[in-house]
Amino acid sequence: MAQIHIDKESYDVKNGKNLLETCLSLGYQLPYFCWHPALNSVGACRQCAIKVFKDEKDTRGRIVMACVEPVSDGLHLSVADPEASAFRSQNIEWLMTNHPHDCAVCDEGGSCHLQDMTVMTGHAYRRFQYPKRTHHNQYLGPLVHHEMNRCIQCYRCVRFYKDYAGGKDLDVFAAHDHVYFGRAKEGILESEFSGNLAEVCPTGVFTDKTLHTHYTRKWDLTMAPSVCQHCSLGCNIIAGERYGSLRSITNRYHEAVNGYFLCDRGRYGYEFVNHPSRIQHPNVRGRQVSGKELYTTLQDLLTSKNWIGVGSPRASLEANFALRKLVGDQNFYQGVSKVEADLLQRILHMTHSGQIHQPSLQEIEQADLVLILGEDPTHSAPRMALSIRQAVRNIPLQQTASTHIPAWHDVAQREYIQDTKGPLYIAYPVASKLDELASYTLHDHPDVLAAFGFDLAQAIGDDPLGDQNEPTLLRNIAEALLKAERPLIVTGTSLISHNILEAAWAIAMALKHQNKNASLSFILPSCNSAGLAYMEAEPLEVLMKSAKQNGISGAIVLENDLYRHYDALELDQFFESLEDIIVLDHLEQPTTAQATVTLPAATFAETSGTLVNNEGRVQSFYQVYMPKNEDIRPSWQWLTELYQIKIGLTPDLLYPSTPLLEELAASLPQFAGIGAHAPTFGLNGQKIPREPHRYSGRTAMLAHIAVSEPRPDQDELSPFSFTMEGSRGFPPPPLTPYYWSPGWNSNQALNKYQIEVGGALAGRHAEVNLFAMASTIPYPTKKGGVNQSQSVIQNATTHTFELLPITHIFGSEELSGYGDAISKLAPAPYFAINKQEASRLSLQPGVDIHLRIGKQTYPLTVQIGQELPAGCAAIPYNIPPLTGITWPAQGTLIPTTP
Amino acid sequence: MFSLLRSMAITFLHLFSKRETIQYPEERVPLHPRWRGRIVLTRDPDMGERCVGCYLCAAACPVDCISLQATEDEQGRRYPEFFRINFSRCIFCGYCEEACPTYAIQLLPDFEMAEYNRQNLVYEKEDLLIDSQGKYPGYNYYKVAGVDSGIKPKGGGTNENPPVDIHQILP
Ligand code: SF4
Ligand code: SF4
Ligand code: SF4
Ligand code: SF4
Ligand code: FES
Repeated sequence: MAQIHIDKESYDVKNGKNLLETCLSLGYQLPYFCWHPALNSVGACRQCAIKVFKDEKDTRGRIVMACVEPVSDGLHLSVADPEASAFRSQNIEWLMTNHPHDCAVCDEGGSCHLQDMTVMTGHAYRRFQYPKRTHHNQYLGPLVHHEMNRCIQCYRCVRFYKDYAGGKDLDVFAAHDHVYFGRAKEGILESEFSGNLAEVCPTGVFTDKTLHTHYTRKWDLTMAPSVCQHCSLGCNIIAGERYGSLRSITNRYHEAVNGYFLCDRGRYGYEFVNHPSRIQHPNVRGRQVSGKELYTTLQDLLTSKNWIGVGSPRASLEANFALRKLVGDQNFYQGVSKVEADLLQRILHMTHSGQIHQPSLQEIEQADLVLILGEDPTHSAPRMALSIRQAVRNIPLQQTASTHIPAWHDVAQREYIQDTKGPLYIAYPVASKLDELASYTLHDHPDVLAAFGFDLAQAIGDDPLGDQNEPTLLRNIAEALLKAERPLIVTGTSLISHNILEAAWAIAMALKHQNKNASLSFILPSCNSAGLAYMEAEPLEVLMKSAKQNGISGAIVLENDLYRHYDALELDQFFESLEDIIVLDHLEQPTTAQATVTLPAATFAETSGTLVNNEGRVQSFYQVYMPKNEDIRPSWQWLTELYQIKIGLTPDLLYPSTPLLEELAASLPQFAGIGAHAPTFGLNGQKIPREPHRYSGRTAMLAHIAVSEPRPDQDELSPFSFTMEGSRGFPPPPLTPYYWSPGWNSNQALNKYQIEVGGALAGRHAEVNLFAMASTIPYPTKKGGVNQSQSVIQNATTHTFELLPITHIFGSEELSGYGDAISKLAPAPYFAINKQEASRLSLQPGVDIHLRIGKQTYPLTVQIGQELPAGCAAIPYNIPPLTGITWPAQGTLIPTTP
Repeated sequence: MFSLLRSMAITFLHLFSKRETIQYPEERVPLHPRWRGRIVLTRDPDMGERCVGCYLCAAACPVDCISLQATEDEQGRRYPEFFRINFSRCIFCGYCEEACPTYAIQLLPDFEMAEYNRQNLVYEKEDLLIDSQGKYPGYNYYKVAGVDSGIKPKGGGTNENPPVDIHQILP
């Protein structure tokens, strides 16, 4: 603690911070550009000028940049000093001399940090009469829009893109007042985190290109707090709607999860919500049916047959539970394959044993050693890769502790540590983007990777003096693991391998036995994989068998394309054996094509729900808007209605969603306490408005339909209102629909929501974590025994290959893959083998081949993946047309006649 | 009694004072150019749509009776896809005109907008757009903005230097 005096007021503040963050945390309105709470200080923009004084009596003082000046005890400083304010206002005037007259057509307008800061300093009229410098723009791909004229040279973009996210293709060019931020050559930005540029850049140079196509100002969006649906990490997002379509996703800060950043799959994956092939109306045997007829049809169907329900790892807990309740727990199945269900069961058992800690993304960022076993986080849990990129800096950064470089001094730190990196070990079949940071990489068959893991566990467990016969490499890694203070092991389900999971567990347990508390992070297949697995239902294999045996004639499939989990032919046969198939989903997909009844289900933006992420964290997403078409309803609501129809009640439209969660907790003890996870909110009975106070067009947006305004949509179920009326305070973090504070229209209003700038959000109450409710049933540690010779196809003379599923950030996830921008970035279906194999089969890269997997044939293009082992081929996981495969799989090349 | 007579006398005298009533519609009141009546969307000197779809008028409107959606042509020129004013709500305060950075939306000295059917007071862009620059001739926002939207190339606007050659580092 230090005592400082700002404008004659005394404060006790934390040591080790800079004056800018200290002043902002204390609520001073101090403008800044180049400093960012996650990127720290460089002192490039000269905007945060304040005056510091030698002592109490000093009246002259000197102007310093607050962001590069440390807190020191007894410091006297002034923010309001006339010279300092004049400096700030003149600085902005300088920055603005070249700024274009663009606000009206600039997508940043209304959430522009530059606008906010300009107003804050009071600079209002342009005095500079001379010509402005101009720049050409670049095409940067389908995600980010570039308008270089608006740049104020704060360097935030390159500091985020290159230094923080490890991108290579965005840089600074030219010199002095000509500096240019872009690529050496036009082209698609390579980083998976490029979308963050739109939020990091304080001006409109980088903006969201998908928003551009249906542009809406921030003040016109109806917004709600939401949770990303596109991987298992559960990043917090804000989703915004206008005129009945979802317009944008922006970051919602969560100090323990995503912090300030999202990945591009999460930011741009929303486009499926507005997709033209959204299912709009209930359809019974090819005919659009509604109202009474629909109900009588459904009633007939429900009462006349034996039904089973197929749940979904991408549907909410509420929806899955409503289905389970409708069909009965005996008839409820997980809509995933047996291998996937087994993998998840193992993971749940591991996490539930309470033996090893599951880290949050923030804890991952703190790790001082990372071992990745059988995952490529950049593609399977992208935001985690960004955290790992920060973690490898921890060891080098520790060295700066002995210097006088403060923790917030980004440039000095980076200068000091240069390119040194902490230990990162990666074992994955193909080269990955994180390899460039790794101290050691192993590319091989999953079983070889697992064997490596078991050997490592053994090496850790051995006498520390070491078995002299052990390979030194293994020894070194084991020693590094034992030396590390916060070692982290990342593993997951991407390679669909039990051995990988067991090996990772063995390493963590070996460390535990040496009194090292390693953390173990699992990457799961979908946003609610953990939640569905917790329901402990049987997988698809069992479902098909029992359907045959028990004379099941109807299936209800919830928000799931089963063809992404199971063999296409078997599924076809299964569907044929049924009389009726009810499918609830958002979009037309292969499973809905099999349905006799399709019911349009609301997406995450049109309903609320609860998900369990990869660390067991229970989080809710809230409805953003009411679907304009009344036939589109939340799945939980459809299913509850079906339940009511089935038991002979009249369907009650306003069945509340919270009791579903409470019912779930009551009927499945593993969910105990889950009903309490979401904070309730009510200030004198007021709701939280989804619309900002400057929302426009209320009395005109629907006037073309009828001039008398309809009553606004009512929301009985959530703490939010669909209007701009309600409480304008600071709601608890999980219920914050957007960030705004007087004078702070951009996302940087977030400062005002944090207890301390860059820290935790104010008012967060304890979250529910299902993994934390440990059962203390220990998970047995395996000792290895992976039989490689059996699983690897050694016989490299055939045309048959063992296939390795390679997950891709763009395309492998179902819903985001439907989006316009993301589908452009998805890789074309390829077939990758190493050079020797290719020459053995005389295949050239780029040649089209046909691969038979099971009974299906897929057209693919040959690629060389030099690191792949013989007998193995890599294909992109679940990128159409490569669906309908039961994993693990083999593929046989079919000779094509040219 | 007296006051009653006085009132009658005053009323009687008014018979001889100057008439305020005019024979509308044959005769009309002269309206000043800045009189706030009918709202129109004007065009720039090249007869392109002036409105750039910035939403400022909608935000400024105290009764929220303006609603629009911005879109872009192939050249990147932004314009409103639809633009709607609900005149049954409009209070003719002129805030929209004041907020407009492009002089696109203007209030004209014309008040003859009465309708029998309230629905007819909802004006779409086709009803609002006129073939004139209105009160502020000569202004084209895209000539002074920094964006290239097919009106002028980068660096070709008023008071702009040609685009920087980023490969040269000379001062
Ligand atoms: S960056 Fe901000 S100040 Fe600059 S044109 Fe865009 S909205 Fe206006
Ligand atoms: S492009 Fe944006 S972030 Fe980069 S230097 Fe310019 S203003 Fe700053
Ligand atoms: S990392 Fe996963 S949860 Fe986070 S934004 Fe990306 S896809 Fe969404
Ligand atoms: S303020 Fe002017 S330019 Fe902007 S939307 Fe309204 S009419 Fe168009
Ligand atoms: S914020 Fe301090 S110099 Fe830029």
